[in-house]
Amino acid sequence: MTEMSTNAFKDNVSKALADDKLQFAMTETGPRFIAKRTKAREALPEFDRLRDQARDIKDHVLDHLDIYLETYEAKVKETGGHVHWAETPDDARAAVLEICRKANAKMVTKGKSMISEEIDLNKHLEENGITPVETDLGEYIIQLRNERPSHIIAPAVHLTRDQVEADFRRVHTHLDPKRDLTEIPALVEEARGVLRQKYLAADVGITGANFLVAETGTSIIVTNEGNGDLTQTLPRVHIVLASIEKLVPTLEDATTILRVLARSATGQDFSNYTTFSTGGRREGDPDGPIEYHVILLDNGRTNVLGTEFQDMLRCIRCGACLNHCPVYNAVGGHAYGWVYPGPIGSVVTPALVGIENARHLPNASTFCGRCEEVCPMRIPIPKMLRHWREKEFERHLQPASMRWGLGVWAWVAKRPKLYRRATAIAARVLANQAHGKGRLKKVPLAAGWTEIRDFPAPQGKTFHQLWKERRR
Amino acid sequence: MPETSPRVGLFVTCLVDMFRPSVGFAGVKLLEDAGCTVEVPEAQTCCGQPAYNSGDREDARALALNVIAAFRGYDYLVAPSGSCAGMIVKHYPEFFEPGSTEHDEALDLARRTHEITSFLTRVLKVETVKAQFPACATYHDSCSGLRELGIRNEPRKLLSSVEGVSLREMTDAEVCCGFGGTFCVKYPGISDKMLEKKIRHIEATGADTLIAGDLGCLMNMAGKLKRMGSAIKVRHVAEVLAGDYETPPIAEAK
Repeated sequence: MTEMSTNAFKDNVSKALADDKLQFAMTETGPRFIAKRTKAREALPEFDRLRDQARDIKDHVLDHLDIYLETYEAKVKETGGHVHWAETPDDARAAVLEICRKANAKMVTKGKSMISEEIDLNKHLEENGITPVETDLGEYIIQLRNERPSHIIAPAVHLTRDQVEADFRRVHTHLDPKRDLTEIPALVEEARGVLRQKYLAADVGITGANFLVAETGTSIIVTNEGNGDLTQTLPRVHIVLASIEKLVPTLEDATTILRVLARSATGQDFSNYTTFSTGGRREGDPDGPIEYHVILLDNGRTNVLGTEFQDMLRCIRCGACLNHCPVYNAVGGHAYGWVYPGPIGSVVTPALVGIENARHLPNASTFCGRCEEVCPMRIPIPKMLRHWREKEFERHLQPASMRWGLGVWAWVAKRPKLYRRATAIAARVLANQAHGKGRLKKVPLAAGWTEIRDFPAPQGKTFHQLWKERRR
Repeated sequence: MPETSPRVGLFVTCLVDMFRPSVGFAGVKLLEDAGCTVEVPEAQTCCGQPAYNSGDREDARALALNVIAAFRGYDYLVAPSGSCAGMIVKHYPEFFEPGSTEHDEALDLARRTHEITSFLTRVLKVETVKAQFPACATYHDSCSGLRELGIRNEPRKLLSSVEGVSLREMTDAEVCCGFGGTFCVKYPGISDKMLEKKIRHIEATGADTLIAGDLGCLMNMAGKLKRMGSAIKVRHVAEVLAGDYETPPIAEAK
């Protein structure tokens, strides 16, 4: 796994923009997701009303999170499951390891889980002699490449088919080197064949959770490949890794949010599999895990409650904001440098790792507002990004040159008479420098502009000068 | 046309003031043709958005108070920009404690504030403008106008009434051009990538003119088009609606 590189954002961006394969992969995918979501949304007249309901459900939960967490814990225990509270990633890793050790586990299979990424679980398991095997196809691919997911729901979206073929040939050396892998279905089949054996051999299965239901103690996962079901039903032990804000009060609430989840994510009405787990195997059950554990991770989330950032905890990780973000689509997910990329990542990451360790992320947005427009949970993402910028401003975390420049500008802008004179001089000087060409190739202090585009020159006099001349 | 002439304070916007006064005068013409009395409050400078979006809430608030004071007493504040109008409509009230006089004043100004094409169509019920402008044009929706103020059909409707204008829709007209205020100089590489995509869509329409309602976006796209050597002309929507084809397009020689 690569180290956190959120503060190397600019370097990451340069690399991403120069990476032809990445750029190809990104052009292919973004528009497809957008078109599918648009279609799904148009087919459901009550879509926006459901978004309101979904928002209200989560707001209610966040306002009463303590109560719902306790109710949930009691219900899980009632159904024979175990709940482990993890304040930090360390706590969560330790809890997983302890369960694995008790189960004498040599190998664990894993369904897709962003929390697993957040706590960097695979590395910890490997260091302790346990082999983790990712079973979601995208996660499997990036595990082979020792990478992080570049997208919340499509972890390998940054890769092209030929890159995956090369990885499979490199790793699956037991297979015929002359086999044909030129079509994507062949790659899928090969991964299936390899993974099938792992499901059966695994001692522990680890999944994430899209929802935790307080009234029943149920955890819910949505998947498209069915890998999550095999991961959680075949091994003796099932561990659910989830963060505390996954709670919803009732099954009814979960189904309301499910109606906007897949539509926002992939444009499906529903994912291929929506699986409910309530405790382990009961008497008379033909299959299922003997033990059922839930690890509830906080990792700074309770600090967000009650602040101007609370709305971020409504996120259901659908990825719609990524798909619609022109910045994400330009640079891909790895440029963001940690686990959660895209607009919501730029809100969440500073909360989890500290704004001083993620200075660029809230700034790398044009505030175009498309993320908020498509968010099924109506999270005001631009507003939260702006709040982070306010924190940076308060703590002097922005570049000194920018702060100084804006400070001077604001000082002048607050003095209209001085402002009139200053802008009149600036307009005249720049217009003269353009020598009637209407534009400048270079402007002092504006390298960021002229590096890639010409600078349109002022017409000469300011509007206010001309207005005085013409109207008085 | 309303029976009494509405008294409109023109919010020139800092970019139009300094870079392209012709947009301001086009706006004045449109408003006067529609029966308004137009004045230009002298104390106005900038709406404060650069400070606000840089996390400097205090300066943004001070600039908001300046605008609120400068536009007291006008029936309307009209701006040739969805971005500045959006700032006033959506964000000024956030600066003040609900229930305070300042908050009430901010809400009052927000109710009186409009972007120019939406003011003409929604408030004054203008259906057509009397203007000529020879252009095969494509329209870019600037983000703030579109998503903060819901402006989409208004400029297109008015443009289609201009004699000589034919409109061709581009793919992804609603996707950001990569301007984003200080974003475009802080992250020129990303901005450039966004511009490349935008310009590919503009060129694919075969239009000879690019029109939008915000000078920031227009300067960004014009700057890139000219750097690439493109012949596509770039214009603010107010100039086209006012039939001002004599002023050279943005970033072009006199």
